[in-house]
Amino acid sequence: MTSLRSVFASATAIVTFSLTVPTVSWAEQPIPVVATFSILGDMVERIGGEHIALTTLVGPDGDTHVYQPTPKAARSVAEADVLFMNGLEFEGWLERLAEAASFNGAMVVATNGIVPIAFEEHEDEHEEHDEHEEHEEHDDHDDHEEHDEHEEHDEHAGHDHGTFDPHAWQSLDNAVIYANNIAAGLAQADPANASAYYINRAVFVDQIVALKSDVDAMMGALPADKRTVVTPHDAFGYFAAAYDLTFEAPQGMSTESEVSAADVAALITQIRRDSISAVFIESITDNRMMEQIANETGATIGGTLYSDALSGETGPASTYLDMIRHNATTLSDALGS
Amino acid sequence: MIWDLVVAPFADFGFMRRALLGCIAVSVGATPVGVFLILRHMSLTGDAMAHAILPGAAIGYLVSGLSLGAMTVGGLIAGMIVALASGFVARVTSLREDASLAAFYLISLALGVLIVSTHGNNIDLMHVLFGTVLALDNTALILLCSFASLSVLVLAVLFRPLVLECADPQFLRSVSKLSGVTHFTFLALVVMNLVGGFHALGTLMAVGIMILPGAAARFWAESIGGLIAAAALVAMLSSLIGLLLSFHYSLPSGPAIILVAGVGYGLSLIFGPVGGAIAQNLPRRNFET
Repeated sequence: MTSLRSVFASATAIVTFSLTVPTVSWAEQPIPVVATFSILGDMVERIGGEHIALTTLVGPDGDTHVYQPTPKAARSVAEADVLFMNGLEFEGWLERLAEAASFNGAMVVATNGIVPIAFEEHEDEHEEHDEHEEHEEHDDHDDHEEHDEHEEHDEHAGHDHGTFDPHAWQSLDNAVIYANNIAAGLAQADPANASAYYINRAVFVDQIVALKSDVDAMMGALPADKRTVVTPHDAFGYFAAAYDLTFEAPQGMSTESEVSAADVAALITQIRRDSISAVFIESITDNRMMEQIANETGATIGGTLYSDALSGETGPASTYLDMIRHNATTLSDALGS
Repeated sequence: MIWDLVVAPFADFGFMRRALLGCIAVSVGATPVGVFLILRHMSLTGDAMAHAILPGAAIGYLVSGLSLGAMTVGGLIAGMIVALASGFVARVTSLREDASLAAFYLISLALGVLIVSTHGNNIDLMHVLFGTVLALDNTALILLCSFASLSVLVLAVLFRPLVLECADPQFLRSVSKLSGVTHFTFLALVVMNLVGGFHALGTLMAVGIMILPGAAARFWAESIGGLIAAAALVAMLSSLIGLLLSFHYSLPSGPAIILVAGVGYGLSLIFGPVGGAIAQNLPRRNFET
């Protein structure tokens, strides 16, 4: 079923592409750019402002892990001048899509230059860094064999990511790097408006820094014995590392893997042992499992965290900054009391 | 030792007890239906029906979110439409029922994929539709148990005509006008058990727990009652062992259960006393002079 659909998508994409003349960017016309998912899209929108025409492939409340590209998406990619992606194998489907759509613009990897966290939390930090440097020497999109070699390191069965946790945007420090990469990418594709992009970047970074001091205060105030958080899937590694929290998840890193009874049992045992009082649900996942775990352990549902996607316009996390603020407030309310 | 291996997981964890109860309900409800499917040479109908259910469940989800009721009703309606439509076509045209069922379930499946794909951006629908046995809440359990009870009751009422139809469908058709009613009620049971099963195990797994134990039972018993008892026993044992494997060896529970049933089928194939590979090829004593 899946392969048929992707064949169809590619076929349509080829037809679409052959009918479409790649647009050339003019200074007075917004340049067409594509961002892979809503959080990245929000950042690109902020920095690009009125100079770009943005298409976001996976919209609010969408799950990027399991996204299946449509011909419409292929068309957007084919027409785009710049394609913004998260990298770290978050968008496993993007390479095929870009190829099918004969994308020949600039590809900007937003996580370029961050220090990625490996899947195994207990690994020596220095080693992680070295491994990362090694990766950087290769093209970001062509090192699948490399990743496969490392796959044996991780113990999370069934997920389709590489060696590193891709959810890097959960750290505000990384968001600054995202902003730098986005501004640089846009400036390169559209030099006429470069100064506007850098001004927008500076404004955005100021907002990030301001938010960071708020979040720092909230997280710093959490008592030492209330720093373990249970979520459906492991999406908060960077947030956890930044604030010395421990996140536990039955589903592992990707929303695609199926849980085993052993995982659920281990989590329940831990919740009982550490008397964890609240578990959290996520906007993009099936929350029946968390509700059952809460039921069984007597923990309360502390609230909804936004991990991989923004909420809709009316939701509490419609922009990146709102999302981080909402998550921090939710955690602080549920754990601090 | 045995306590730690077998009893402790269920004693310590409520979700394991729920999973086991859900599996037993599915075993009791679905396996007799599976036995009749096999006897009536309709083993693959279960698989076709599982696919036919998909668009209904998907529409139910899109209309009212992750609601057990809406997805159940949607699945039942979609399955019944396909069953009735294919039965109707088979009775009024010259097309045979298996061909018209194939046609209708493929149409239904295509519709389901279309619905899932056009709205698939929001959340992975397939993943939502495929339940997991480890996250059964009270409503899901009540639903599973009610479906199992209803299924057993209806099957008890239908038992004689169904057996007749297995043995000689032409005869039943000639002596009773109820042959059509029997057939459609039976298909309704198939749909109902599959809808129940997909809440517990996911659609494809639901077909597995329906058919595999029945196929294994073929090698252990000859009477229909014996077949049903053996099938239900195989299904329950598979559920128990599958869950324990999932608990001790960190395996996803749905596939673990079905694979254990598959191993049960393989062993029955070889060692089963009724037509198994060994029994078939051993020289029989009663032919000795």
